Amino acid sequence: MRHDHLLTAKQLSRDDIEAVLERARRFADDPAAHADRHPGALLALCFFEPSTRTKMSFETAAKRLGGDVVDMGSVEDSSVKKGESLADTVRVVEGYADGIVLRHPSQGAARMASEFVDVPLVNAGDGAGHHPSQTLLDLYTIDEQAGLDDLTIGVMGDLKYGRTVHSLAHALTNFDARQHFISPESLRLPRSVRYDLHEAGANVREHENLEAVLPQLDVLYVTRIQRERFPDEDEYEKVAGQYRIDADTLADAAEDLAVMHPLPRVDEIDPEVDALPNATYFEQAHNGVPVRMALLDILLDGGDGE
Amino acid sequence: MKDTELRVSKISSGTVIDHVPAGEALHVLAILGIDGSGGETVSLGMNVPSDRMGEKDIVKVEGREMSQAELDVLSLIAPDATVNIVRDYDVVEKKQIAPPEAVTGLLSCPNRHCITNAGEPVETRFDVIDAGVRCAYCETIVREDITDHLAV
Repeated sequence: MRHDHLLTAKQLSRDDIEAVLERARRFADDPAAHADRHPGALLALCFFEPSTRTKMSFETAAKRLGGDVVDMGSVEDSSVKKGESLADTVRVVEGYADGIVLRHPSQGAARMASEFVDVPLVNAGDGAGHHPSQTLLDLYTIDEQAGLDDLTIGVMGDLKYGRTVHSLAHALTNFDARQHFISPESLRLPRSVRYDLHEAGANVREHENLEAVLPQLDVLYVTRIQRERFPDEDEYEKVAGQYRIDADTLADAAEDLAVMHPLPRVDEIDPEVDALPNATYFEQAHNGVPVRMALLDILLDGGDGE
Repeated sequence: MKDTELRVSKISSGTVIDHVPAGEALHVLAILGIDGSGGETVSLGMNVPSDRMGEKDIVKVEGREMSQAELDVLSLIAPDATVNIVRDYDVVEKKQIAPPEAVTGLLSCPNRHCITNAGEPVETRFDVIDAGVRCAYCETIVREDITDHLAV
């Protein structure tokens, strides 16, 4: 396997992360001033699941670097509908483009696809697995808001199926971070992630309620609890209701708590929070462009940049 | 001991896998890919009395000397197995088995959302970790009942 694929956050060292964030800060100052970086470069977007932010920010990033994208389009309009395998799809697409961004519903899809191609491949979400480019923009945002060391973060919601949660948890083991995971029992972190965090010697606590831990937090990272994870509507309403936040919830939080969310949100953050200085999720989404510019810049240069 | 010899006779040449946990002999054959089609003479002893294990299984495969790589995979289900290579009725080599780093194509992933269960042209690969095996694609960890997931 080439080392310039980005498949999971586990492969990222502290140096790797800092290199991306440093470059992203340069791009963020004036995103329009870097069209000379990769003129003519073509990035293939292969999204087997819907996406708004991830897909659009990769497209924006590629164009800001002077490149362009070729988009597979929706699965309904592609050869996938005719039964083509993912392995065949990426082998064909590799001949069209200088890099591939892949989102797929199956866990491990990006790792498998990477074994069939020689152009850099970015995992933009593989089922309930990983979403490492989201993690890089999350880290960028956390770094801006609270700093990545001596950090106390609470991660709340669907921790079992939340791929952004899995990737973020892995990446934070590179830093001096205390990680609190808040979820219903049925949506705890999966065994594989807990195993990795334990192996990495991470400072981790699990809770069922936010109240006790909220006042200590520098960052609260909220994720959506999906209706389809529960056997019936009543059970969903009962559980999800305990993991929603509004202005009242935040009364007990530190004044400079940053509330983050990978978006889309449904109703887990009340819109009244948007007006509070704690609301960081839209800024977080905007950071997707300079961070993905930095990531693509490094990957298109062969993994080490400059 | 005498009892054991009466039940499973000595072989002239081949591989004897002893101290297999009782009930696992058929899994041993499955893992080694031995289903009789290769023409080897195979003898099994199941639930044989053992001083050390209470009861054990024994597998004897005639005319075939197993390689270390083939045998190491057995450590997933029979970590304490002992292996003797026999030539002309003499034990010429005792092999120790050790966990391999990974096993390929042997197990199917229990995670139905894993890409290896999606009809793709890819063999399963499991990394061996301290307390089980882990899918190299979706990272699912299997600790117990590994033989339930044998793909062979």
